[in-house]
Parts: sequence; C-alpha cells; structure tokens
Amino acid sequence: MATIAQPGTLIAPVAKPGTTGLWSWITTVDHKRIGIMYGVTAFFFLLVGGLEALLIRAQLAQPNGEVLSAARYNEMFTMHGTTMIFLAVMPMSSAFFNYVVPLQIGARDVAFPRLNAFSYWVFLFGGIVINLSWLVNEAPNQGWYGYAPLTSASWNPGRNVDFWMLGLQILGIASMAASFNFIVTIFNMRAPGVTMMRLPIFTWATLITSILIVLAFPSITVALLLLMFDRYMGTSFYAFAAGGDPLLWQHLFWVFGHPEVYILILPAFGIVSEIIPVFSRKPLFGYVVMVYAIAAIAFLGFGVWVHHMFTTGLGPTANAIFSGSTMLIAIPTGVKIFNWIGTMFRGSLKFTTPMLFAVGLVSQFTIGGLSGVMHASPPIDGQHNDSYFVIAHFHYVLFGGSIFGLLAGIYFWFPKITGKILDEKIGKWHFWLTFIAFNATFFPMHFLGLAGMPRRQYTYSEASGFATWSSVVSAGAFLLGISFLVFIYNILKSLRSGEKATDNPWDAPTLEWSISSPPPVYNFATVPTISHRDPLWWEKYGGHEPHREEETVEVKIAGIKIGQAEARDENPKDQAVHASEHNDPANIHLPNPSYYPLITALGLFVAAVGLLIGEPVLNIGLLHLPALVPVGGAILALGAYGWAFEPAG
Amino acid sequence: MAQAVATLEHTQTQGAHGAGHEAGHGHSDHPPTSTGIDHRKLLMWAFLASDCMFFGALIATYLIYRGRAETLVEAGQGVGPLPFEVLDIPYTSISAFVLLMSSLTMVLALAAVQKGNQRGLRVWLIATVLLGTIFLGGQWFEFKSFYQEEGLGLTTNMFGSTFYTLTGFHGTHVLIGVIMLMSLVWVSLRGGVKKDQAINVEVIGLYWHFVDIVWIIIFTLVYLIPYREVHVEGGEAIHEGMIRFTRLLGIG
Repeated sequence: MATIAQPGTLIAPVAKPGTTGLWSWITTVDHKRIGIMYGVTAFFFLLVGGLEALLIRAQLAQPNGEVLSAARYNEMFTMHGTTMIFLAVMPMSSAFFNYVVPLQIGARDVAFPRLNAFSYWVFLFGGIVINLSWLVNEAPNQGWYGYAPLTSASWNPGRNVDFWMLGLQILGIASMAASFNFIVTIFNMRAPGVTMMRLPIFTWATLITSILIVLAFPSITVALLLLMFDRYMGTSFYAFAAGGDPLLWQHLFWVFGHPEVYILILPAFGIVSEIIPVFSRKPLFGYVVMVYAIAAIAFLGFGVWVHHMFTTGLGPTANAIFSGSTMLIAIPTGVKIFNWIGTMFRGSLKFTTPMLFAVGLVSQFTIGGLSGVMHASPPIDGQHNDSYFVIAHFHYVLFGGSIFGLLAGIYFWFPKITGKILDEKIGKWHFWLTFIAFNATFFPMHFLGLAGMPRRQYTYSEASGFATWSSVVSAGAFLLGISFLVFIYNILKSLRSGEKATDNPWDAPTLEWSISSPPPVYNFATVPTISHRDPLWWEKYGGHEPHREEETVEVKIAGIKIGQAEARDENPKDQAVHASEHNDPANIHLPNPSYYPLITALGLFVAAVGLLIGEPVLNIGLLHLPALVPVGGAILALGAYGWAFEPAG
Repeated sequence: MAQAVATLEHTQTQGAHGAGHEAGHGHSDHPPTSTGIDHRKLLMWAFLASDCMFFGALIATYLIYRGRAETLVEAGQGVGPLPFEVLDIPYTSISAFVLLMSSLTMVLALAAVQKGNQRGLRVWLIATVLLGTIFLGGQWFEFKSFYQEEGLGLTTNMFGSTFYTLTGFHGTHVLIGVIMLMSLVWVSLRGGVKKDQAINVEVIGLYWHFVDIVWIIIFTLVYLIPYREVHVEGGEAIHEGMIRFTRLLGIG
C-alpha cells in the first residue's frame, strides 16, 4: 500500500554543499528560505511601523502635545501608513505565499525560483530606499495616498516625496514579479490530482491576490511615472495651471488603491479559511462558494474606487453608481463570514491560539465591514470623510482583519516552518492582550470621529473635548505595543525551548502537513497524488468528518468507517494521497543557487539612489542624468543577462 | 493494482514536480505542466494582462487630457503647437505599416524554428529586428522634428506631455522587444536555437505581437481621430471645426 511520503523515515536528507552560512541565504532560490526572509523582514518593518504609530499616539495622548513637531508628525503618519501597507502586511502575506503555497500544491519549488529571489531582494531594496529618507531627515510627508498637489515640486520641494515615489515604484516591481511567479506556479505546478477545485483555500486566495496585484499595480506605476515626470522634468500632469488635473492622481491611485485593500485582506481570509476547519474538526463549509466569493470580491474590487472620492465633487451619477457597486461587495464578504460561522457551527471547537486569532478576525473584521457599508453611502461618507471614524474603520479591517489573520497564520504554520510549537499559554496571553488593546485603541476612534476630530492633524486643543478618548486610544496603543513584546518573547522562547512539532501537530488536512517539520529542502521525496480535497483527512478518516473520533458516540462510527477505509485499500481511488513516483532524495533535481537575482535587484537600487543624490550629472543630448542612474542600469542589464544565460540547474 | 494506477498517473502527470523550468533548461520537447502550457508562456500571458492595464492607464490619461491644450490656447493662456498642426498621418501610417509587417516576419521566424530551420529563423528574426528598428527610427525622427521644427517639447503644453509619454512608453516597449530579438539572433548564431527552445521564440513573439496591437490602438486614438482645430488671429480664437460644422448645417 502506498501512502504519503515520510522522507525523514525513508532516507535521511542529503546535506548538499553550501546549504548553510550567509552566502547560502544570499544566493538561495529555495521558496522556503525566501519565505522566511520575507517573513523576518516584514516583521522588522511591522515593528518599525508600530514604533511610528506609537510616536503618533504619544503626540496625541494629550492636548497640545509636544512630542512631535507638525512637520515631523506629517512624516510619521505618512511613513506609518506606507510602511504598514507596503513593507509589513503585503510582504508578510508574501512570506506565507512563498512558504506554504508550493507545499500545499505538492510542488518542489515555485515555477521561477530565481525570479522569486529577485522579488525578495527588490522588496528589501525598496524598503531601504523609502527608509533612507530618515537618515537625511527628509522623510515622506504627503500621506501614504500622495494626493496632488501635496506632492508637487513647488509645494514639496525637498526630496521627501522622491524617496516615497521611487521606493514605491521599486516595491511595485517586487510585488508584480512575485505575483507573476505565483500565478504560474499555482496553475502549472500542481501535483497529480490537485485540480483547481481541490486547491486549499489559502492557495486560492494567493492566486486571486496575485491576479489583483498584476492588474492593479500598473495603475499606480503609471501614476508614479507621471509624478516622476512632474517632479523631475517639469511636466504638469497633476498641476491645474497648465491644464492638468489633481484628480487624475486620485483616479489612478484609487484604481490601484481599492484593489490594494483586497490585496491586503484576501491572504488573511485564506489563512483563517485554513485554520477554522482544522480547529472546528470539520471541512470548510461551502468550499466552492468560498472560492467564488473571493473571486467576486476581487472582481468587484476594481469597480468601486470612486467611493474614496465621494467628496471630490464627481456628481450624483458617479456617486450613485459607485455607492451601489460598493454595497454589492458586502454580499460576497458576508458569504465568507457566514461560511466561517457555518464551519464552526456544531463543530468540535478547539480554541488554540491560531483559532483564537482566526475567530478574532471574523469578529473584528465584521465590525470594520459594517462601518465600511456605512461609508458606501455618499451622504454618510461626507460626514465621516477625513475624520477619525475612517481611521477606526480601516484599522478594524487592516489590524482586526489582516494582522489578526497573519498572526493566526504565524501561530498555525510556525511548527511547520521551525519544527517548534509556539507556546500556547503565552500565545493565549498574547491573543487576549492584543484583542483588548486593539479594541481600546481603535473603538474609541469611532466616537472621536463622530465628534468631529479630523485625521492627520498633529494636535488638538483642550477645548475640543477630544482629550479623554484620545488618551484612552494612546493607552491602548501602548498596550498593543506590549502585546507585540509578548509575541516576540514567545517566538524566542519557543525557538529555544519550545515543544517539538510532529509532522502534523494540528491534525490538519492539507499537503504541507504530510512532510516533516521543518520540511526537507526538496519538500516531497515522493510527489504526492491526491484524489480529494483535504487529502490528509480523507486518507485518515476515509472521507468522514474528523471530529467524529473525538465524541463518544462518533468514535464508534469512526471506528467502523476507518475499518472500511482500510478494507478498501486495494482500490487506490479511495486513497486520498498516494505515491506517484519513488525518488531517492539524492537524485531530486533542485535549481542551483544564484546571485544574479541580487545583482539585478541591486541595479534598481543604485539607479534609485542615483536619482535621489542627483549628482554628478551626465549631459547626454537633451538628457541630464545623474551619473549613478546609468551605472544602476548597467548593473541591472548585466544581472539580467547573466541570469538569462546562466544554466538554471 | 494500486501500483498500476499509480504508474499510469505518473506517466500522465510526471512533469508537475520538476522545479525550475526556466529559460535554458529545455530537457524535453514539452516541459510537462499541470495545464500543459509552458511556464514561460503562461508568465508572458500574465505579464501581457498586466501590461494591458499599464497602457490602459496611459491611454486613459491621454484621452482625459485630449483637447486641454486647445482649450487653454482658446482662452489665451496656453501655447501651441497643437495636435492638428504637427501630426503627420501619412508619415506615421508608413511606420505603423512597417511595425505590422514585423509581426508577419515574427510568425515566419517561429514557424522556421519549429521546423528546425536555423537559417530561416535567423533571416526572419533579423528581418523583424530591422523592421522594429525602422519603426523606432521613424519615431526618433518624428520626435526630433516635433521638438526642433515645431517647438513641441515634453513640457510645452498638455499635448506634448501626454503625447510623448504615451508614444514614448510604447517606443520603449518596442526597444525592449528589439533587444530581446537581438539576443535571440545572438543565441542562434552561437549555437542555434534548438527545436525544444522554440518556446523562447514563441514567448518573445507573443510580446512582439502585443506591442504591435497596442500600436494599432495608439495610432487610432492619437493620430486618426480628428482634433479640434484652433486658429488664433489677433488674439481671438477661431474654431475651424465649428465653422465647418455650421457651414455644413447651412447656418454659418
């Protein structure tokens, strides 16, 4: 009888030369290592963005605060938003895409391993470019949305906007390269039997998020290119006087910006869709509907951008149409929420830390979703616009949604990635601390917003009446900061002395749990073949819901069923997972390490730094180029050619 | 029996576990994938979908600002040259024709490599490179004459900004295509593009055809659809188009 490969028991993993040390990480093309690098970098930037938020809250803790100057405050909220969206949440999602997706589809790597390494390095350099601005004391100060004319050379003559504009452009390249890779990987690298409708929901979320990225990012690429022309070459795309229109920026930005919202939340939805079934001991309720709901959210997400512009005066027709399309999105989103509830309904719930964070998402995201439906109505939006109510809304969906989902994912997959289980006791403290602090921070913002407190203002007077709730918000924010210290302590403690994880510590149904924790470099010694969704449960419980073994009455039933499953062993159709090929791990073909992705990415970085430094200038005909720009271009070309003609291994 | 079925499935789907089918790694005729489509080809299709949005945003910008320069000139606040004064449809028609013909030679290059005809591949690739280069040369001289003779710079007016941006980014795409095609010629001269590497020609061909199609759209929107004619005499704007229209209706 063929079963799931147990590489650890078959043959000991082969120690390849050069699999340890810094150089091996720099040249790695292994999706698991790249995933870890994404995760660690994103977590670092999450802490940076968190510190920026705490400085904002310190300033606003009391009326007439003097922690930050007005100018510094502008930099702080701009960098907080930019960092959290582009440097923390998106790459943290990317970390999971990288680590988990190839394992879930039974692949040994992604379709383009070197392109994957390139994505990571470009992301890292993009993050560095934006944050270099702190060193020269010219941090971006125009808001993460970069509205014209706040970004124009005449109103913002420093390099603040330049750092942001170039950094974002580079990060866009990273996101798009990664997304092309995942689209191809998911369509093309599925193991035998892994049909599209047997893909784990997280893989579906990755696929649809990737499609959103490749279709949404070009819009901000163009927006930023036009901004570069305005700032560097003196065009007037966003300047009113010469016939331009500041609203063009808002359109191009939000055509990207609203799909971006789903780019931030869909991976978290995917994660909790994996976790809730595992700890409810039931398959996901309404799998197919769930897939269509994700697709519908993504599709509708392209047709709602004007709800960010209700107060710009586009007129009642535009506002009515976009109000309607925005409200439509509540339908597939509601479907997802009900599906999660349906999964938990009459399940045998186990409130482990990943489950707590997952359920935390379901409840907290719903609160943010409800205020989102309110904003879909233009008259209400007009009242809420630019007030703290909006901040409350998007933090409920971004923190209560994305961050809760990502934390759930870290607790859930940490055993697979590191071979150690995160401490459950500290984990529960972490969850409740986060949950309470999160609500203390963001719920009072609803009251502040309704009372008229405007966002993006660095101070308020005593007479405004905002002081009480503002200090509650600030206290909550610092408690939230402490919760992250607890989390870091848990990670460090568990890494050192945590409980060792078995291959499948949660008894989860997807393929990544069929191999050792942490997985060998080749992932699957034997490429699995599956015949059903949730293959490990199908194999173990013979197609019956796993929770039955846990209840007295049903243990008996399960006993019979398992017996039947064994009796049917000769018939391979009943095997959810079986070997399609026996391979000696030593013979498994793996892509060679390569440093060309890093060199190619470095070219982009050098060119961007060249534009920021500006001198010395080369004059080539009409072009006045900073000298480092062609140098960066040459490095990029060199890297790309070395890459194209390097044997992939 | 389990073994037998497993072996069958193995032969049907064995490709799904090969990591890293990248360029230069063609070990078999058809790198087997779940969809049966080569990784590189699927990547190119995804990229082209993305590039549609890129050109979509640029074209939208062009269309939104179409006529702005004319309006400012009418109001006495802007300067020319205006589109109807500079755009040379016969000249650009010829370069558009050249670019379209390069799609034909591209197809012939692919057909040649699929038959293992190295000489044919080289001939048609070089022909495609030449046609692409002629198009780029045409654009270079067009830009040069607009700038030097007509005085239309990137920042002269909104027409200059949007025109150079849109057609310039298209030209950059053509240039990248020419560089990729020249790389293929180089590979073919060094040792030949093997039959199983024909996919590289096909994928670059997809890009090339896409760039051609985008030019058809740009050519239509930027050159062929007539512009409002504005003549300023003695500080007062005269709408040529409006005059013709009213004459046509017999009310002018």
